Amino acid sequence: MITKENYKVNSKGYYGKFGGAYVPEMLLPNILELQENYLEITSRPSFKKEFDYLLKDYVGRPTPLYLAQRMSEKYQAQIFLKREDLCHTGAHKVNNTIGQILLAKALNKKKIIAETGAGQHGVATATVCALMGMECIIYMGAVDMVRQRPNVERMKILGAEIRAAESGSKTLKDATNEAMRHWINHPTDTHYIIGSVVGPHPYPDLVARFQSVISEEIKYQLNEQIGRDHPDMVIACVGGGSNAAGAFYHYLDRPEVQLIAAEAAGLGIDNKKSAATTFLGTEGVLHGSKTLLMQTADGQVTEPYSISAGLDYPGIGPIHAHLFDSGRAHFCAVTDEEAMHAGIDLSRLEGIIPAIETAHAISALDKIEVKDKVVVINVSGRGDKDLDTYITWGKY
Amino acid sequence: MNRIDEVFSRKKKGVLNIYFTAGYPKINDTLRIARTLEAAGVDIIEIGIPYSDPIADGPTIQDSSQKALDAGMSLKLLMRQLQDLRKHIKIPVILMGYINPVLQYGFTKFCQDCKEVGIDGVILPDLPMQEYAEMYQVTFEEYGIYNIFLMTPLTSEKRVLQINEASKGFIYMVSSASITGAKQEVSQAQIDYFERIQKMNLSVQRLIGFGISNKETFDNACQYASGAIIGSAFINQLNKDDSDEAITSFVGSIINP
Repeated sequence: MITKENYKVNSKGYYGKFGGAYVPEMLLPNILELQENYLEITSRPSFKKEFDYLLKDYVGRPTPLYLAQRMSEKYQAQIFLKREDLCHTGAHKVNNTIGQILLAKALNKKKIIAETGAGQHGVATATVCALMGMECIIYMGAVDMVRQRPNVERMKILGAEIRAAESGSKTLKDATNEAMRHWINHPTDTHYIIGSVVGPHPYPDLVARFQSVISEEIKYQLNEQIGRDHPDMVIACVGGGSNAAGAFYHYLDRPEVQLIAAEAAGLGIDNKKSAATTFLGTEGVLHGSKTLLMQTADGQVTEPYSISAGLDYPGIGPIHAHLFDSGRAHFCAVTDEEAMHAGIDLSRLEGIIPAIETAHAISALDKIEVKDKVVVINVSGRGDKDLDTYITWGKY
Repeated sequence: MNRIDEVFSRKKKGVLNIYFTAGYPKINDTLRIARTLEAAGVDIIEIGIPYSDPIADGPTIQDSSQKALDAGMSLKLLMRQLQDLRKHIKIPVILMGYINPVLQYGFTKFCQDCKEVGIDGVILPDLPMQEYAEMYQVTFEEYGIYNIFLMTPLTSEKRVLQINEASKGFIYMVSSASITGAKQEVSQAQIDYFERIQKMNLSVQRLIGFGISNKETFDNACQYASGAIIGSAFINQLNKDDSDEAITSFVGSIINP
C-alpha cells in the first residue's frame, strides 16, 4: 500500500528530517510560547475576521490571477500570473507581517523586531507596526543598508528604527543573528516577526499558513476561469521560500500538480558566487532549524551571492528542504543573467516589471517543458525597488 | 569517574570555570592558554569551537570566533591540537560550540574523538533537550561525554526539574536573559532568581555564567551556586595582554583572597 506523503509540518515541528527548534535555552520560553499558542490563536474566529479584513481592505486582496496572453502564446501554454506584486508594499511579504502582528497583539507583546535583507520584509513589518502603533526595530546588514538605501528610508518614514548588523558578513544572515540576539536580550515584551519560512518551529509553519492565502485564492480563481481548481504546474522563486510555500501550500498533497522552485544560481552553480542552496548546500542547522544550507566542510555558514537581494540567503526553509529531498518539488537554478532577461521579457510581453526575485521564477519557463500545460507563476513582487539593478545591468 | 564529577566531589564552593575561544588570539595558543589556566588554579576549562553565526554570544566572543576562523581554526584542527591534552592537563576540559560544526564533523566521530583526547563534557547551546533526548543522548552516553544544559531566569520550574533530571556534571545557570558579555553588577532580580533556584535543592551542581567578570561578581555568584564561569571578561584580558604572566595574574585576581 502506498501511504500518502505528508508535506506539512508534523507535531514535533519537522518536515521529514528537516525542521525542529534548535534554539538556545534563552530563546526557548519565547519559542514554546509560540508553539503552544499559534494554532489556537490563529484559528480564533475574531483573529480570522481581522486577518481577512486587513488582507482585503488594507492589502488589497484577493490579488488577480491573470491569464498572460502573449506569454502563453510564446510558450504555447496557458500561463496565469498570480499578482502578489499588487499587494500593498509591493510584494507578498505583507501577508505574513499582517498575520504575525495580530498574533503578537494576541500574545500581549509591545514591541516588534525583524530582520531584513533587501528591505522588503523590513518595509512590510514597519508598515504593519505603523498600522498598529507598535514600536518597531529592524535589523539590516550594514552592507545591505548601503545597497538598499531607498528601503532604509522607506522604513524610517514609516517610523521604524533601523539597526545596522555589523557582525560577520554584514548581510541578511547576520541581520537574522542580530535580531535573535536582541530577542534573547528582550524576551518578554517583544515579538520577532521572521520574514520567511525559516527559523525554529513554529515559524516555518506559521509563515506558510499566513502565505497560504496565495494558493487558496488560486484555487477558486482558477476554478472560475477554467473550471478546475488546480493547474498542472505552480512556479515560484525560493530564497528562504515564503512566497513559494504560500503558492504551493494547498497543492502539496495534490500529486497532479507539479511544483517548480526557482533558486538563484547567481553567476552559476559551478561558481562560488551563487545562492542555489539545493544544488550547493548540505544538511545542517541554520537559524534554528535543520535544513539544507551552504557551508564549508567545517560547518561554517558561507556567504551566498545573487543579483537579487531577496534570494541572497545561505539556506532554505525546512519545508523546501523536504520537498527537494522527497522529490515532491523540482528545483531549478537560474543565473543572474537568465533572470534579468526573463524580467525584461515579462515587461515587454505583459507590461509587468517584476521584482528580480520573481524574474527567477519567470525564467524557469525556459528550463522545463510547459507546452499545453496550465501553469501558474507566482509574481511575488514588483520591480520598482529593483530599478537601479535593471539600470546597472542595462541590457534592455 | 568523569573529571567534572571529581572536581565537585572535592570542591563544593568557588569552582572557577574559564572560557576561551580555540585558536585565539593566535591559532596555536589553545594548549598554551589551557596549561597556563590550569597552573594558575582554574578548576575547569571551557574551550570554544569557533562558529560563523554564534547567536548566543555577544560582540567579544563573536569577534574572537571570527578572528580564529580567519586564522584557519576549525574543529578538525582543534582535535589535532588537543591530541596530547591529557599529557599536560589534569583538570576537566569542556568544549563549547554550536551544533552545526559538530554535525558536519560527524556527531559520532565528534563524541569518539572527544573521548579519545580526554574531553569531559560538551556545551551545545542550540541543541535543545527534546532533540538531545531523541537523537543524541545515546551516543553521548556511549562515549561518556557529559552534555551540559543551560537554564535561564525564564526557564519554568517544570523545565528546571527536567533539566536537572537530564543533566550530568553541572547545570550552566545563565545569570540573566541575555547573550554573553560582561555586565557591571548583579541586580536584585538576578539574586531573586539565584535564590529561587537555590531553594529547589537540585541534585546536580550549578555554575553561574554570563556577566561574571571579576572577583566581586564571581564571589557573589558563588554564594548561590558551586561556582561560576568567566568568558568574555577573560577574552577581554587576552585582548589586552595574553602573556602567561597576565593570564596568571587575571586568575589570581579572582581566586586569591
